[in-house]
Amino acid sequence: MVTLSPIQQRRLRNFRNNRRGFWSLWIFLALFGLSLIAEVIANDVPLVAYYKGDVYFPIVESVPEETFGGFLPTEADYRDSFIADEIEANGWMIWPPIRFSYNTTNYNLEVPSPAPPSAENWIGTDDQGRDVAARVIYGFRISVLFGLVLTILSCIVGVVVGAIQGYYGGKVDLLGQRFIEVWSGLPVLYLLIILSSIVQPNFWWLLGIMLLFSWMGLVDVVRAEFLRARNFEYVKAARALGLGNRKIMFRHILPNAMVATLTFLPFILTGAITGLTSLDFLGFGLPSGSPSLGELIAQGKSNLHAPWLGISAFVSLSIMLTLLVFVGEAVRDAFDPRKN
Amino acid sequence: MSKLLEIRDLSIRFDDTIQAVDQLSLSIDNGETVALVGESGSGKSVSALSILRLLDERHASYPSGAILFQGENMLKASQKRLRQIRGRHVSMIFQEPMTSLNPLHTVEKQISETLALHKGLRGPQARDRCVELLELVGIPSPEERLTSYPHQLSGGQKQRVMIAMALANEPDLLIADEPTTALDVTVQKQVLELLKDLQHKLGMAILLITHDLSIVRRYADHVVVMEQGQLIEEAPTAQLFEAPQHAYTRRLLDAEPPASPSGIMVDNRSLLDVSNLDVRFVTRKSLLGRPQSWFQAVDDVSFSLSEGETLGIVGESGSGKTTIGHALLKLTSSRGSIRLSGEELGALDQKQFRPWRSRIQIVFQDPFGSLSPRMSVAEIVREGLEIHVPATPEEQDRRVIQALTDVGLDPQARHRYPHEFSGGQRQRIAIARALVLQPELIILDEPTSALDRTVQKQVINLLRDLQDKYGLSYVFISHDLAVVRALSHKLLVLKNGRVVEYGDAAEIFNTPKHDYTRELLGAALFYSQ
Repeated sequence: MVTLSPIQQRRLRNFRNNRRGFWSLWIFLALFGLSLIAEVIANDVPLVAYYKGDVYFPIVESVPEETFGGFLPTEADYRDSFIADEIEANGWMIWPPIRFSYNTTNYNLEVPSPAPPSAENWIGTDDQGRDVAARVIYGFRISVLFGLVLTILSCIVGVVVGAIQGYYGGKVDLLGQRFIEVWSGLPVLYLLIILSSIVQPNFWWLLGIMLLFSWMGLVDVVRAEFLRARNFEYVKAARALGLGNRKIMFRHILPNAMVATLTFLPFILTGAITGLTSLDFLGFGLPSGSPSLGELIAQGKSNLHAPWLGISAFVSLSIMLTLLVFVGEAVRDAFDPRKN
Repeated sequence: MSKLLEIRDLSIRFDDTIQAVDQLSLSIDNGETVALVGESGSGKSVSALSILRLLDERHASYPSGAILFQGENMLKASQKRLRQIRGRHVSMIFQEPMTSLNPLHTVEKQISETLALHKGLRGPQARDRCVELLELVGIPSPEERLTSYPHQLSGGQKQRVMIAMALANEPDLLIADEPTTALDVTVQKQVLELLKDLQHKLGMAILLITHDLSIVRRYADHVVVMEQGQLIEEAPTAQLFEAPQHAYTRRLLDAEPPASPSGIMVDNRSLLDVSNLDVRFVTRKSLLGRPQSWFQAVDDVSFSLSEGETLGIVGESGSGKTTIGHALLKLTSSRGSIRLSGEELGALDQKQFRPWRSRIQIVFQDPFGSLSPRMSVAEIVREGLEIHVPATPEEQDRRVIQALTDVGLDPQARHRYPHEFSGGQRQRIAIARALVLQPELIILDEPTSALDRTVQKQVINLLRDLQDKYGLSYVFISHDLAVVRALSHKLLVLKNGRVVEYGDAAEIFNTPKHDYTRELLGAALFYSQ
């Protein structure tokens, strides 16, 4: 059974009392939850197809075109009017609300791409005829996932390094601090540009490279907390009981440092998201073709006559970041010991 | 004649929920010393702060009452008027001299600030007045001290500077909030005598806030006893000490520790033998990290202790008492021989020493700092068992319950968290944590000095009972000689890391041989005579 200690209950209450942050968290979770099932919301295959007495689920299975009276053994293109008409004539299809995936090119545009918003493409298409709404949804998902994974990993590294430096102090701390100073002086962007000319960066490459530099944010806070706490009497008492260093760090000091860490988390998350976005914008980010908000901004910049590109990228980014900052503020308030 | 200060039916609330002070009335005449006495949390400091309206008024409110200073209601005074009164007519001395002075300003600057503010004194005039004040509070060679920074002064000197600042404008009322609690006994006596002396010279009234009744008896004319925000009893000092009316007052008066330790069995085998213990801290290193100068915290200390016996270690702050305790536990590195039951521990490293830790345990001074705030009582007490005693969870639970019962706590309390307990109860938990391992030796590092007198007495009695029951040996470190006398069979007097006197406790208390011991005893037992 999970019971909250009074201090945790107070924090939860403080968090709830910050209405803005509380609602921001729910809205963000809802958006994130929706984006996790993006395949059901925006896809170029129907969810369910009923054709001549058989039920197909194209969203999870690959159905060859031959099944629907076509000629090719490859997967059916349900957007093709020949196949669509054939299925509609002998059954029915249930489409997702947006009939495009992030990489679906709309060949039926009546104007040259980028096409303005229409009934088919709710917020228009980009310069390659891909639906912006679908790309925003998938781009949101990949941004948040990237941010979350990067945040969690850099937290783990940062907390471990900070803990070791703070707990042992002395030479370990001195060398660690000097290393961090040198390391943080490296120009991250140049390094990425150089690396991206050697390897084709994908999600995990980018994550690794950004992790190399993003773990330092937490070290100082955690280190300070450990430096302070290692002289607490209950830590001394634990040493007098014969507890090993690792147990003392984990059980007695880490809970103190967690407050500082948790307070930082939402801000690290926003930093990670904007980091990825700016790399994508510059063209050194995710491989071309992947849905990405940064790439959308870049398109908006090069297609100023198509304002829906820039505006939709701007709106989705700012909503996401604003929500996260509000959540972050509420978390900070919740852990503030001076509030009750 | 109207009173200097009159508080009528004062109530103070925090956040509209916590009633800190309830219907308090008291008055102070010109030139009189009134003592405000009570245990921690009784509302005495809050009442004192409210006189100058120094409470944070975003949280504090005054639902009823009036504070009349020379007939003027402070609760209705404007901020401007309050600033005129503060430091000029009413001054305050705080408990902690280390933090009450600004570390970045010289003594002269701090004192002359209030002179410039209220009297418009500047330049040479202000300087002369500063020297005069420092002379008044008995600081040697005051001209040289003007340019000193707080860290260059000792605790007693800092408190004297604080007093000089408070007296700079010859106030009518001085509020002294536990002015000597943070000081060593010998310094405490000097500061209090100084205050009394200055009161005669300047004719001011003093509101003395303290929990120490022995001080009250000597210095106050009138005593006000508070409990939980309420006035319990008010009487002239002599009358209160002769015939206390209220049960709570009697309990406070009765809380002096007993005068002698419980008897010990004869011919006990020796448990701990320490010889030539040395602890030094490196203060300066060469460029290559080679130590160049040391601070000798403990210098050639030897003592021994038998089973079931208590060794008291006394000395002023900085004398190395705590360092000896830490050295015995290998929390600091030391040189010399430490033998427990005949086995040499001095040369063991941390890993080799680990099995021994269950036999030597420690209880710290601060019951709020020594318990991990995020662990339940059961987890705290059980932690040592997990390392040293391989046992089933049921067996461990049984021993935790046993330990909590031994220290007089309800075993049901083990599922709660430390912050739900009072200071005395927390210290009991800390003792239970040490006790659960069934050690032979417990090092008690000022275990009672953060506690109120009545609680102190309970803890001392508990320690004595446990010693009788389990034949424990204690190393009892304290600056409070009254408490040491209640527990110790042997006594070790330390000064600057060196042994001044060592031997049978009763003998030292009765016939101290060394001058320093006499001075220490004289200051500590000064008030109780």
